[in-house]
Amino acid sequence: MKAESIMIVGVGGQGTLLASRIIGNALIAMGYDVKMSEVHGMAQRGGSVVTYVKYGEKVNSPIIEKAGADLMLAFEELESARWLPYLKENGTLIMNRQKINPMPVITGSAVYPEGIEDKIRSAVKNVIALDALALAREAGTAKAVNVVLIGVMAATMKIGKEVWIEALGKTIPERFLDMNKKAFEMGYAAR
Amino acid sequence: MKKLMLGNEAVARGVYEAGATVVSSYPGTPSTEITESIIAYEGIYAEWAPNEKVALEVASGAAIAGARAFSAMKHVGLNVAADPLFTMSYIGSNGGLVIAVADDPGMHSSQNEQDSRHYARASKTVMLEPSDSQEAKDYTKWAFEISEEYDTPVLVRLSTRVSHSQSIVELGERVEYQLKDYEYNPAKNVMMPAMGRARHAIVEERMEKLKLLSDKGDYNRIEINDTSVGIITSGIAYQYSKEVFPDASYLKIGMCYPLPDNLILEFASKVNRIIVIEELDPFIEEHCKSLGLAVEGKDRLPLCGEYSADLLGEKLLGLKKGTYSLNDEIIPIRPPVMCAGCPHRGLFYAVKKLKLIVTGDIGCYTLGALPPLNALDTCICMGAGFTAAHGFNKARGNEFSKKVIGVMGDSTFTHSGITGLIDIVYNKGISTVLVLDNSITGMTGHQNNPVNGYTIKGEPTRQVDIEKLAYAIGFERVRKIDPFDVDNTIKVLKEETKADEPSLIIVQRPCALLKSVKYKGCVVVDHDKCKRCMMCMKLGCPAISDIDGKIIIDETQCVGCGLCLNVCKFGAMRMEGGN
Repeated sequence: MKAESIMIVGVGGQGTLLASRIIGNALIAMGYDVKMSEVHGMAQRGGSVVTYVKYGEKVNSPIIEKAGADLMLAFEELESARWLPYLKENGTLIMNRQKINPMPVITGSAVYPEGIEDKIRSAVKNVIALDALALAREAGTAKAVNVVLIGVMAATMKIGKEVWIEALGKTIPERFLDMNKKAFEMGYAAR
Repeated sequence: MKKLMLGNEAVARGVYEAGATVVSSYPGTPSTEITESIIAYEGIYAEWAPNEKVALEVASGAAIAGARAFSAMKHVGLNVAADPLFTMSYIGSNGGLVIAVADDPGMHSSQNEQDSRHYARASKTVMLEPSDSQEAKDYTKWAFEISEEYDTPVLVRLSTRVSHSQSIVELGERVEYQLKDYEYNPAKNVMMPAMGRARHAIVEERMEKLKLLSDKGDYNRIEINDTSVGIITSGIAYQYSKEVFPDASYLKIGMCYPLPDNLILEFASKVNRIIVIEELDPFIEEHCKSLGLAVEGKDRLPLCGEYSADLLGEKLLGLKKGTYSLNDEIIPIRPPVMCAGCPHRGLFYAVKKLKLIVTGDIGCYTLGALPPLNALDTCICMGAGFTAAHGFNKARGNEFSKKVIGVMGDSTFTHSGITGLIDIVYNKGISTVLVLDNSITGMTGHQNNPVNGYTIKGEPTRQVDIEKLAYAIGFERVRKIDPFDVDNTIKVLKEETKADEPSLIIVQRPCALLKSVKYKGCVVVDHDKCKRCMMCMKLGCPAISDIDGKIIIDETQCVGCGLCLNVCKFGAMRMEGGN
């Protein structure tokens, strides 16, 4: 099997790192060779962040190239637009409808583009858009946006639900686990 | 057993499996998680040292005393640790001495893009370069063996993409390592001119032996496939190359210093042309050219920035990809920002009001340089926040110096701020310098340090008292302020910069991301009271936006720190839910 690629994009602090680790644990349980690349340090501080997950029989580069992502998980609207060139032709974009203003928009030197979702839909066939923040809050915490989105993604993949639940258990501390399982289920059902 | 590990975690595992018992490091992206991961293993003493020089000296002493010892740092940290490195090359090891150094091509989180491989050549030591997590673990273990067999410090070079990528690692058992005997041996361990001269000759002999080791092919591997193109590469560039040239022949370099002359020549005889693919400097390429080989590489590949498979495809094969795009849609950039609730925001707001020149330093507060605060004039390296201010003082005189302040964080202060303080007092400067004490090493992801009074494992320990230290050094003006008390911050800054003697201001408020910091609630704007004076917008808080003519607080971002309440003159901000 050729290596498959999942790209997770968002804003530093949104929990993209944890998301990639949950996905990594699920893929490893499936017996794949897995490589992931993360962002730490200064770039993490509220900046545009991207993490890569690649899996298959054998993975070389941990980095996803342009037009390389089979699946893109966008935690924020503007970031889905920014990283769109990395989505493979006929790849699937899962986007959270949350908007977080970057500093140039806050200071008034730039404008947050209008109607991103519609514009993306006119270019890309496979788009799943949802308000993951609302679902996460319903599950008990706004912080579970990442797990809601993993739930949505899991419903599009051929990996059993139990594998995902087990990966959550391996990655998330016990005391937050029930809340996150709920968030996962809500995402899974939202698909 | 197999495990998905960061390159950094894999290095830590290698240190553990090699039986090392002493680790001393200073945090620095992208190297930090190496030492953080080590504390999880039993049987290893690990510490955060105040800086990399101290760390490498501790590891050096431990190695001379017979232990396998280890130190990890980022590329610029090796500049700080270069002094012990160069002389430890003469002393050698005893117990193995291994140093992990993580470069940052692309400067994700650094002030320069230096190529650490030059250090291996300059210090006449050995450097290994893994290309994934499995190699990161294996090479670290090998590094200890080479260090002991050849009596030399060994460097393991990582880069951001190796350090911060996860891949599968086969775990092994820990070696039960017996401490090597310690023997009094001044000819080897006391480096004075007479001993040093003798040791230098031994170092040169050692390098000849190490070249033979490099040629043996345990670390450098020839993969013959299609011989029309031969690629010489190392580290993460090997992985990118394999994506673009899956059928080419490879000389994969694992030991990048000393390089394997004979293997390179043998490889050259088997392939029609050679392309050297390496990030940053043409280190391998120039070596190949010195062997008389006509290799390609930097004639088409850049010296700056990170490589990628796309970049190699474009520069070497002329490939261009069709991609999705939103045509002419302008997508605003999203630079990193100081977090909502960051204590530094209050200080920089005050500093901007006073229009002070700020010589800055390395840490979260470096982000004060970005709009809308635009508060830093310089940022050079760790420690220069204070010393550059003294330079301004001596260049332009005392009156000018009253418009200049130097700033650095608490961790940076113990790293290399103390000597700067001494320099200011000793040389009769009048600079006002500030320690921004947020009770943690922030930017690298919350490491304890000598100022916050906790060890790497979170155990309470003696705390450096910055105030007493400053008095002991000779400062007579030392103040403590809370940066969220904006009026007082402005007042104290005015008083201290005006003084004809040096001042130290300790600016204290803990990082908002610390678990111990519990702000409550969220700020709401009363639009009837808001006069749109825009003072709150000058804070550069990511939670405050001006949208459609209204000041809006993003409740998902606001932590309820209350700083904006302190700058709003019209009482239009109020806290809801708590406080």
